[in-house]
Amino acid sequence: MAARSVASVDKVSTTPLRLVTPEDRDVQIAATVAVPRIESEAQLKALLTSLSGVDAVGAEARAAKLSTRSIKKSTKLAAIEMAISMVDLTTLEGADTPGRVTSLCTKAMRPDPRDLTVPSVAAVCVYPDLVAHARSVLGASPVAVASVATAFPSGRASLDVKLMDVREAVRAGADEIDMVIDRGAFLSGRIGQVFDEVVAVKEACGDAHLKVILETGELVTYDNVRRASWVAMLGGADFIKTSTGKVTVNATLPVALVMLEAVRDFAETAGRTVGVKVAGGIRTSKDAIRYLVVVNETVGSTWLTPTHFRFGASSLLNDLLMQRLKQQRGAYVRADEFSGD
Amino acid sequence: MSGRQLANSHLGSLEYDPAPESAAIAKVKPEYGLFIDGEFSDAESHEQFATVNPANEESLSMVAQAGAVDVDRAVGSARRAYDKVWSKTTGAQRSKYLFRIARLIQERSRELAVVETLDNGKPIRESRDVDIPLAAAHFFYYAGWADKLDYAGFGVDPQPLGVAGQIIPWNFPLLMAAWKLAPALAAGNTCVLKPAETTPLSALVLAEILEQAELPPGVVNIITGDGSTGAALVDHPDVDKIAFTGSTEVGRLIQQRTAASHKHLTLELGGKGANIVFDDAPIDEMIEGIIDGIFFNQGHVCCAGSRLLVQESVADEVLRRLVRRVEQLRVGDPLDKNTDVGAINSAAQLLRIRELTAFGESEGATRYTSSCELPQKGYWFAPTVFADVAQSHRIAREEIFGPVLSVLTFRTPEEAVAKANNTNYGLACGVWSEKGSRTLWVAERLRAGVIWANTYNRFDPTSPFGGMRESGFGREGGRHGLEAYLDV
Repeated sequence: MAARSVASVDKVSTTPLRLVTPEDRDVQIAATVAVPRIESEAQLKALLTSLSGVDAVGAEARAAKLSTRSIKKSTKLAAIEMAISMVDLTTLEGADTPGRVTSLCTKAMRPDPRDLTVPSVAAVCVYPDLVAHARSVLGASPVAVASVATAFPSGRASLDVKLMDVREAVRAGADEIDMVIDRGAFLSGRIGQVFDEVVAVKEACGDAHLKVILETGELVTYDNVRRASWVAMLGGADFIKTSTGKVTVNATLPVALVMLEAVRDFAETAGRTVGVKVAGGIRTSKDAIRYLVVVNETVGSTWLTPTHFRFGASSLLNDLLMQRLKQQRGAYVRADEFSGD
Repeated sequence: MSGRQLANSHLGSLEYDPAPESAAIAKVKPEYGLFIDGEFSDAESHEQFATVNPANEESLSMVAQAGAVDVDRAVGSARRAYDKVWSKTTGAQRSKYLFRIARLIQERSRELAVVETLDNGKPIRESRDVDIPLAAAHFFYYAGWADKLDYAGFGVDPQPLGVAGQIIPWNFPLLMAAWKLAPALAAGNTCVLKPAETTPLSALVLAEILEQAELPPGVVNIITGDGSTGAALVDHPDVDKIAFTGSTEVGRLIQQRTAASHKHLTLELGGKGANIVFDDAPIDEMIEGIIDGIFFNQGHVCCAGSRLLVQESVADEVLRRLVRRVEQLRVGDPLDKNTDVGAINSAAQLLRIRELTAFGESEGATRYTSSCELPQKGYWFAPTVFADVAQSHRIAREEIFGPVLSVLTFRTPEEAVAKANNTNYGLACGVWSEKGSRTLWVAERLRAGVIWANTYNRFDPTSPFGGMRESGFGREGGRHGLEAYLDV
């Protein structure tokens, strides 16, 4: 940081000096790339070990402190509407049917059919075989079709199978691909393999955006979360995503904090802004607002849009709608006022 | 999405609507008397003084100014209670009262938090989440010791000292009262407590709680007043023990005045804590730790990490991130639940902070001050960081007791230790490193009562707290804290 001039003492004793400006609190997105091109696994590993460690106690304390922010009145309403626009409305069940997807898509476009000022959600998220159907229902609406691929949720298939999975989903009309990393490879130290897979899937995506699911519940430590975030970002991820929603531990506030710190640091060195998607277990407006506060105070405005922050959820949307009406009317409406999916 | 948006991202762009806690919850009375012998009474002189809300300079209440006669009355009451009641109660009975007090503090925690914030100026988030819960925790902890003194390591049947005169500061009013009263009562002493002149209210609410808990009259007496009240208490011949928390200057006077007397003495005084940051520290959590270390409670913390010693190789990066974080702090209405930094406790303290920071600039340090808007009324000081500070600068040597951090650099662990120890104080230090062996190597060589590793300003009733050298002597908290109130 450049040295700043020192003002006279007289000036200070009357009015406090203001050498810092509000811009100093911004995340400075780099104009030039200061991250090397990854040529080898050894180089990648060296880069990962050069990252600062995460102190688990401190990270959890910071997340807990941010979750005490009191969001009221117009801020609450704004946050709820923001959260609605960030939802990836998701159904990832073996029992999914075209009918259920139709219902989901309709809801995604008009979350509250009686009030068209409610923004549409960001995307619907389905398995690859239902992408074409979702695409046809959504038509020209701004709601994107996201599809999980790469042998979701375990990621236990050969690269060829994974790539075929991706290409089929893209061909069927997916705008966004949610891939899973090979956690086995990551945890056993085959970091190069994880990186290569991200690169290959990114290529297979073509114009579709790539979200890379780290499955943080299986990575366990925050250090692993930070390193996996960097592997995904270096490999070309447009988004990094916490979880599949299919394991015991899904998105948590401290994990989101660590991932947001990673995208911030990546933007400040690589000059590329990567989005973050939290998924699994986020069911209430209160939860969603806590995440938005962490986004607000860790990375700021660029990430407070659906292009850079998403909630992967299903039941969350109805709670957001209900709380929105509560804010407007001052009283709760029955849960049955809103459609089941 | 990727690569397109190259403008900076504005932190804090989601504006938070004000979320103030209601001042009415405090139920502050228009006036308070002295709590002597189990009841409130006027000072003999009927003299009163106003206690002021430092956030808006409005008077909150009138409290009694205790004179020498009142001090004598309070000490007499404590002596009678000691002789006739408290010295005859069993440990289990004392324990029962302490548990009651702890639970009543919890029950009235919301009220106490608002009282504390109104009177002191600290953010409601801190009084709600730190001061009041910790105060209750101290009573709970020492309630557990009251019937186990035989096993505290001070021999069989250790005896109390008698009447304890306790003088506490304005930075953590209720918490300091708890630190003083809980171990003293558990050990079997009776007390005369004098809260600070600018922050008497929470101790007076505590007096109501003692009544509610049906603590026998006279076991705890709470007298309000200025420095002259404290001096009368220190000089009273029938006091067996003086426990003081406050400035080194006053501590020195008290030690002189109690010298060659029968009075036991413990002092918890000032500090100039060093937070030592190595290049392998977990950077995000370390930045939060530095912020907590100096801006917690507006820096009105005796163990504040007011000096940052950062390894030269990471100094620029740490300073950049630190300044960004300082700019993010939300300064303003202490009752707002989203406020991070509240008001300076008094006009006198604000003046001292201004004076010392002016020296910081005239001596050549580089000043970074938050651009936050400060309220028009009340006592306010914007969070400030000084970089390029030298060991010889006054801001590196003197306790500022405000939201002002001095940043110095070092190259080797030896240099870090030498700089950290190059102070008259010795209360607390922090070490930030992912390398356990280095943390321990440094901690062993630091001359300070408390060393935090990868954290700062963490308090727990089970952990002893206290200083070396001009930071005082004696320990509060933990098993060690009993020793200050036992004849051992």
